[in-house]
Amino acid sequence: MIGLNLVYAVAGLFFAACALLGAADRRWANALFHALLALSFFAGDAIGDLGNGVLVLALVATATSGRMRRGEPETASEPRGPLLALALVIPAAALGGTLLFKRLPTLIDSQQATLVALTLGVLVALALGHWRLRAPPLAGVRAGRRLLDEIGWAAIMPQLLASLGAVFALAGVGDVVGGLVGGAIPAESVLGAAIAYGLGMALFTIVMGNAFAAFPVMAAAVGMPLLVRHYGGDPAAVAAIGMLAGFCGTLLTPMAANFNIVPAALLELRDRYGVIRAQAATALPLLLFNVLLLWWVIR
Amino acid sequence: MLVLAGVAVIALGFLLRFNPLLVIVVAAAVTGLAAGLDPLAVLAKFGHAFNQSRYVTAIYMVLPVIGLLERAGLQQRARALVGGLRGLTVGRLLAGYLLFRQLSAALGLNAVAGPAQTVRPLVAPMAEAAAARQGEADGEPIRALAAATDNIGLFFGEDIFIAIGSILLMRGVLEGYGVHVEPFQLSVWAIPTALAALLVHGARLWWLDRRLKRRAR
Repeated sequence: MIGLNLVYAVAGLFFAACALLGAADRRWANALFHALLALSFFAGDAIGDLGNGVLVLALVATATSGRMRRGEPETASEPRGPLLALALVIPAAALGGTLLFKRLPTLIDSQQATLVALTLGVLVALALGHWRLRAPPLAGVRAGRRLLDEIGWAAIMPQLLASLGAVFALAGVGDVVGGLVGGAIPAESVLGAAIAYGLGMALFTIVMGNAFAAFPVMAAAVGMPLLVRHYGGDPAAVAAIGMLAGFCGTLLTPMAANFNIVPAALLELRDRYGVIRAQAATALPLLLFNVLLLWWVIR
Repeated sequence: MLVLAGVAVIALGFLLRFNPLLVIVVAAAVTGLAAGLDPLAVLAKFGHAFNQSRYVTAIYMVLPVIGLLERAGLQQRARALVGGLRGLTVGRLLAGYLLFRQLSAALGLNAVAGPAQTVRPLVAPMAEAAAARQGEADGEPIRALAAATDNIGLFFGEDIFIAIGSILLMRGVLEGYGVHVEPFQLSVWAIPTALAALLVHGARLWWLDRRLKRRAR
């Protein structure tokens, strides 16, 4: 069945090509970084948990060595060719492929339909682009390598944070935080409980970088025992609004690197926290809205 | 309580602006040791989770396509597109993108747009070009706002879709307490906040247009 195996093979090929091109340009640290990533994508399932752990340490050592260089600037030529149409190939393929592949569950893993569709879209767009723009064969990979170097070490930060979340879970960090928040609620105050739950979701999400990690903890500490059982709130509303309060926290934290740090690198912002700054004035009023909505629903 | 040492490492490390990758690895080690786990077991757990979450990093495979098109002048083409639409302001452009992102995410189409797929090659240059026409010389905050708009549209649209991960997670957790809810009940409760997000962020974008207009005078 076609699923993540195809996705990882294509991603691995890209990283491997970046490593070779980097080595050819004598950008050794960058080449090593990309080679390690390629190894992870090709052989991650074969080298065992401890092997993957060592691989991560090697990646981090390379990234923090200070020897990785930024991508070299490139001047674009005068616009030519059907560029906007080509730019829409990937989104269109992701859309069409997702809808189509969900109907082919025996051929394509329906859990990964979107990622598989996106991957095929990339291959089609790359082929079409080289053909229509009459670009030399390696032009796409070369330009991609330059962009990847522009993102630099931040590229693996989201994946590292996901791994940190797993260690947090193993060590029981969530239970401790839940106990702290649960103990801080004033007795017999619906508003107090709503604030503790909503703010707790946002704050714990800021720490973990992920509302998914915060939800089970806050549901156990405040949501279920107090808001649902004690005050009789609708469990669907308590859960859904709590999750959205957590999303407000996601907008405010560098720990949500794939949403907040990687785009800052991708857009070549001088301020690493520029995207978070742009989000704060929307996230804070929305957090207040969610807390008040919770209070209104339960009261 | 001791296991919170890792959280303290994260907070301090980010505050003092150490390399975040180093901070994350040290925080994982500190947390594991504070919980009395074997260092090798922590390393294995970290490696296992890293391997399981490779799909997060797989998205960079779109970069060759974006790079190829940018090399051929995609960003200039996107800017020129704005030049042809006289009444298009940065606020209106981003508000339209916000609505598009919310609606497409509400239909479950999260990967249709994103920082690499749409913001860098299309939305950010278009927003910059529109803002420049309104007299905003500094493109940096405009690009940041374009990325912010993408995130806000995604976050406060996706929960309306009934088959998204967070809905499944909530359902699973509630099931653990013996509470059965249909995905539809959860997604309905995402609508008020989705509207509030559209209003709050839309108001900020409208405000931006007004500020640029005043400054131009």
